[in-house]
Amino acid sequence: MQLFKKRAYIPISKHTQINEENDTPMVPDGMFAQCPSCKKAIYTKDLGTQKICPECGYTFRIRAQKRIELTIDEDSFEEWNQDIPFENPLDFPEYDTKIQKAQKNTKLHEAVLTGKGLIDGLETAICVMDSHFIMGSMGKVVGEKITRTFERALAERLPVIVFTASGGARMQESILSLMQMAKISGAVARHSDAGLLYVTVLTDPTTGGVTASFAMQGDIILSEPQALVGFAGRRVIEQTINEELPDDFQLAESVLENGFIDKIVPRKELKATLSQILRIHY
Amino acid sequence: MKEAMEIVALSRKTSRLSALEIMESVFDDFIEFHGDRSFHDDKAIVGGVATLNGKPVTVIGNQKGHEVQENILRNFGSPHPEGYRKALRLMKQAEKFNRPVITFVNTSGAYCGVEAENRGQGEAIARNLIEMSKLKVPILSIIIGEGGSGGALALAMGNQVWMMEHTMYSVLSPEGFSSILWKDASRAKEAAELMKLTAQDLLGLDIIDSILPETNEEGLLPHEDILKAMRETISSTLEELSAKTPDQLVEERYQRFRKY
Repeated sequence: MQLFKKRAYIPISKHTQINEENDTPMVPDGMFAQCPSCKKAIYTKDLGTQKICPECGYTFRIRAQKRIELTIDEDSFEEWNQDIPFENPLDFPEYDTKIQKAQKNTKLHEAVLTGKGLIDGLETAICVMDSHFIMGSMGKVVGEKITRTFERALAERLPVIVFTASGGARMQESILSLMQMAKISGAVARHSDAGLLYVTVLTDPTTGGVTASFAMQGDIILSEPQALVGFAGRRVIEQTINEELPDDFQLAESVLENGFIDKIVPRKELKATLSQILRIHY
Repeated sequence: MKEAMEIVALSRKTSRLSALEIMESVFDDFIEFHGDRSFHDDKAIVGGVATLNGKPVTVIGNQKGHEVQENILRNFGSPHPEGYRKALRLMKQAEKFNRPVITFVNTSGAYCGVEAENRGQGEAIARNLIEMSKLKVPILSIIIGEGGSGGALALAMGNQVWMMEHTMYSVLSPEGFSSILWKDASRAKEAAELMKLTAQDLLGLDIIDSILPETNEEGLLPHEDILKAMRETISSTLEELSAKTPDQLVEERYQRFRKY
């Protein structure tokens, strides 16, 4: 009779048992990503080529190469300043290996990619910082690449667009990292005094010495939605004042309200907006 | 040679000469001016006009207190954006009247707070860097205590940058440095050594141009001697700098920072 039929259990062999050390759900690497803003798990294919969260519109951090691809007309990018040699000015322990590892992982020379290219046919110099390279931190090579880009743009009478993404100073270079802020500011000033256009695009995250120098020196300051933009780190401020900060603190939207950003532009419209700005100033 | 962390402690001593004391005793006719003309008077930054050997100068500095009460008033020398904007206003005034600017830096850093962020701490510092890079009058910057981070640099883009013997200049405090790098603030001593933040180290790295002694063979120099020597070196340097054309001054300042 059916009633007494023995229920068929699924046999579990030893090797399919969940490994206790590893008992997270098995999802192939890279299939899902958690949105840093709305915290939802997003099927990575849904992010699309522009890497935008379909739930909340947050624009994921992207690689510098990808940014060039999204911004610059196909096959028009010419890279500048790839030959600046690495230095370890303070002989900081293990700094060399840290750089080599970052270079290997990002296929970038340093935390900024510089060069020139066309945006809808209009020529511009461009610097793109990459937060995947030691948090986009600014050391001597980053400072030199950006400075030389401004100097060359001045010589060639080109506008400059800088996409910022940085945790701030490169700790391993200590005071020399600080000096980059002064060096770049000098180059920005000369480019600016020649009547040339400088546009910054703040992307997540733009903080520390980058905010306190060239990120805030653009003639026009754009930002991607929900980018973190600030000088001091959130944790540092929370420790200083001993209270929790609101969620929208240092988000581009509030920084705009405070008067420090001209316009927040969704990634999908960024190229068109930059193109329009260049056209008006050409 | 003192250990780096000893220098850090000396640079923070509340008994050090304050910016106002220096302004009042090194210079004559000092008048303090207040306010940034748009929001507030930040008491962490002081400044005004004075004369030196009969010639007008603009002086600007971070003010710390000798005791808690004054330190609270001065926010421990950590400026808000309006402090940097006040400094910039005074620098532009100096440029208009063609007089040199002398800055006295003593801050652990620009203040880390909600209001400071909301009013554009980053923007205020960034603007000072741009404007200082092209100011048409001589700028002489002297670190007289702590020189911490961008908040110090925003007053220290001088044609010359000096440090007093027992002061520090760094990208971050050694405590902050070790907690960022090793997630462990107790390794500050080790960090201080690695960071190269003493006047001696920074002279070696060509970050500063000269050191103002605070000791001799017998020990600590009295404040009067330090102030007297400061007056002499500032006088002779200003004479040298004031002989240059505005273009020369801007070019030399550009090259001074371009080399890093």
